[in-house]
Amino acid sequence: MLNTITTTAKTKKKKQYRGISRATRVMRNLALWIPTVVMAFMIVLAIFSPWIAPHDPTVGKITDRYLPPAFMEGGKTDYLLGTDQLGRDILSRLIYGARISLSVSLLAIAITASIGTVLGIIAGYGGGRTDAIVMRVVDVALSFPGLLLAMLLAVAIGPGFWTVVFALSLLGWAGYARMIRGEAMRLSQSDFVAQARVNGASGWRIMTRHIFPNIINSLIVLMTLQVGMMILAEAALSYLGIGISVPTPSWGSMVSDGRANLDNAWWISAFPGAAIGLVVLSGNFLGDWIRDKLDPRLRQL
Amino acid sequence: MAKVILEARDVVKHYPVTKGLLQRTVGWVRAVDGVSFSVEQGKTLSIVGESGAGKTTVARQILLLEKLTSGSILFEGTDLYKMSPAQVKDDYRPKVHYVQQNPWSSMNPRMRIRDVVGEPIFVNTKQTKKTVYTEVGKLLDQVGIDTDGMTRYPHEFSGGQRQRIAVARALALNPTLLILDEPVSALDVSIRAQIMNLFKDLQSKFDLSYIVIAHNLATVRYMSHSVAIMYLGQLVEYGDSEALFERPLHPYTRALISASQLTLPEDSEGKAQQIILTGEMPSPLNPPSGCRFHTRCTEASDKCSKDVPEMRKVGKQMVKCHHYD
Amino acid sequence: MSNIVLQVEDLHTSFFTRAGEVKAVDGVSFYVREGETFGIVGESGCGKSVTGLSILRLLPEPAGQVVGGKIIMEGKSLLELNPKQMRAYRGKMISMILQDPMSSLNPVYTIGDQIGESVRLHQDLPENMVEAEVIDALRLLRIPSPEMRAREYPFQLSGGMRQRAVGAIAMSCRPRLLIADEPTTALDATIQAQYIALFEDIQEKTNVAIIFITHDFGVVARICDRVGVMYAGKIVETASTRDIFKNPKHPYTKALIQSVPQLDKKDERLFSIEGQPPSLLRLPKGCRFYPRCTVSMDICKEQEPPEVKIGENRSVSCWRVK
Repeated sequence: MLNTITTTAKTKKKKQYRGISRATRVMRNLALWIPTVVMAFMIVLAIFSPWIAPHDPTVGKITDRYLPPAFMEGGKTDYLLGTDQLGRDILSRLIYGARISLSVSLLAIAITASIGTVLGIIAGYGGGRTDAIVMRVVDVALSFPGLLLAMLLAVAIGPGFWTVVFALSLLGWAGYARMIRGEAMRLSQSDFVAQARVNGASGWRIMTRHIFPNIINSLIVLMTLQVGMMILAEAALSYLGIGISVPTPSWGSMVSDGRANLDNAWWISAFPGAAIGLVVLSGNFLGDWIRDKLDPRLRQL
Repeated sequence: MAKVILEARDVVKHYPVTKGLLQRTVGWVRAVDGVSFSVEQGKTLSIVGESGAGKTTVARQILLLEKLTSGSILFEGTDLYKMSPAQVKDDYRPKVHYVQQNPWSSMNPRMRIRDVVGEPIFVNTKQTKKTVYTEVGKLLDQVGIDTDGMTRYPHEFSGGQRQRIAVARALALNPTLLILDEPVSALDVSIRAQIMNLFKDLQSKFDLSYIVIAHNLATVRYMSHSVAIMYLGQLVEYGDSEALFERPLHPYTRALISASQLTLPEDSEGKAQQIILTGEMPSPLNPPSGCRFHTRCTEASDKCSKDVPEMRKVGKQMVKCHHYD
Repeated sequence: MSNIVLQVEDLHTSFFTRAGEVKAVDGVSFYVREGETFGIVGESGCGKSVTGLSILRLLPEPAGQVVGGKIIMEGKSLLELNPKQMRAYRGKMISMILQDPMSSLNPVYTIGDQIGESVRLHQDLPENMVEAEVIDALRLLRIPSPEMRAREYPFQLSGGMRQRAVGAIAMSCRPRLLIADEPTTALDATIQAQYIALFEDIQEKTNVAIIFITHDFGVVARICDRVGVMYAGKIVETASTRDIFKNPKHPYTKALIQSVPQLDKKDERLFSIEGQPPSLLRLPKGCRFYPRCTVSMDICKEQEPPEVKIGENRSVSCWRVK
């Protein structure tokens, strides 16, 4: 009797296992392809917006204000995703907005990540006084009221694309520096760094060959998470009027445009909101995938 | 007499213990407290002790990974801590290498084996990649690793293989002295013997000197020419390996040896001989007065808790115990 | 002879990974009697810890599964218990001590709370009785001033005391079987000697059966009554500790014992076993030790050797042993 029990247990367990494995495999592939397609699509939109967009994103028709999307009652096929309070086509604004939102956030991320990583590694590996000085600057940067800084900047150099990028960079680097410094500190204590020092490796070599490659994982994860935050921060700046000048669409400013009309014209905010969500999610998935690929320990699996 | 490669004179390492916002120093951890020894060419010195005895700190001081509080370390007659950075890089680093306990953490997981083993050569010489990799092939061959593995990553090897790779890296610049920090204790029993034999072979082949840091006396006996027993930052016994194992003088050495002996439960005589110490090693923040071992010593007298014993020469050994005054 | 507390018969445990089925435990049989210590010795990856986890049914499911065999504790088949019944067994009937004392203790609770937790889970006692049990458990592990220690947090104890506290948690309900997985590995030699003496003392007082999992032959010699030597998922030899050391039969056991450096012998070269254990994904067809064996024969390559009983307490799986 015991024998039969164990054999049935055996077959049942095996089936269960195979099911899980197939599901996992499918999930893994989807986790790579969906975000890749989404990201590629968004980038194509951003680059070719003048050719793709059906309408001028900055000019609206007063008579076509608050039109719902085409698939709803009262919608026009001319405006697939409806129109906003000034009668501008939401789809076209979305397509043009990809340009501003993606370039602002990617640029800002590239700048903040570079500054933060360099300072973080120097502080974490250098330790002592270097560390203390860098970290005090980080503390100041983190405690400075960000919006005030952005406004001062806007007053000083005038609102615009570069002002936004500059302001976001000034605010973002400290977070990276703090995280990277922690990682670099941990790695500086590691056996293989001690080994490199015994081998006579210079500080530069240790930082670039031993510490940096082992930080990339966390860096990529943080960077992908920042895509969403940067897009939203840009929205906040635009809303305050210190961002991209008014008629030019960006996803963030579109979301804030629709805030007053959420109850009667939800589509004004919802579609750009969905676009932000999609990009953020895709960024996270892609980040996970890249991290796994970069890690030689996981590459074989 | 053989040439002395490295000599430690009264080496001390005290770490400050700080407290509060102003980082006020409230005490000192006496990790290493006056340790002296020397290593001769082609010989092995083992430093034995339990965790917290300060043995790894000594190793790190020799490797200049940790500063000296006082004392001096002489390499081939030159004081290490008086060398200029350039001298250290050119005259010291290439000659002294390090094999760590844990072969899983001692290699950068993102470097290929050929770069791991080749690193000392890349750092210290200006050879082309191609010649370095040929050199790496020879080194791997010496330690019994197939050269096909050169382009692979560390995680693709087992613990024993990784330790061999670590040895290959330590040999890359033809060093004179290797510091082996618990070189086999992370390995499996059946692999340990392979690695220990490898160390012996390499020693006779290249006339290498070893400083072995260990807690396992049986390993030490097999490998060493002289042994230093460390307790709470100090040497309690130091001398010729044979003599020390034949006739251990310090009560702590005797307890350690007893703890490492293979005794079967049925061997009643073995059981009677076994010395089981009570208590644990006190904190190095507040070492006991007098002899540091007196709190756990079965033979301690009043004098032991009051007076600090001196290191005395008894036969072929040096011992720090009042029983030999 | 005293009663058999636990009997394991032909246990098979596998891990299902993307690379395939890893047969971590592949047909292991042994038993432990009351008041006896059975040692499972082997190298890392031989399946000794997985055997322990299989008995407690604490495998990381769904990847790890017991795929065959029987585990019988005092007449009850543990593999047929439902999860709730199994939980009642764990801690009360069978308990476990793991290697790292620090990660086995929760840093935010006092030692007394943590011992009391397992008492409360398994016994319906009034609070003052629980406290008495806690003090009792601490006393059993010879922890000095138990009333005071019970109110302390793990960080306030020294390493050796922490390991004792872990032992006190395991023994708090006076289990019938204790599985100790490398409990001495993280300890220093002199502390290890203390701890082993303590184990013997506990066993004498409570008559608990102990399964002692370790890679260290020195520890085996000190504490175990009988030993099973494990290699690549199988027990290749079972014998009394004395026989294992004085008269090992399996070539692997022989080689392992020879390769352990000993204090009283100073050899110029250590005996060493060449090569490495086989991958559990691709086990050799015949004897699993065949590729490293120095006395192998033709048959060893083709057929797995059966377990041969020699005498009452002894069995060996090797074609050389008839």
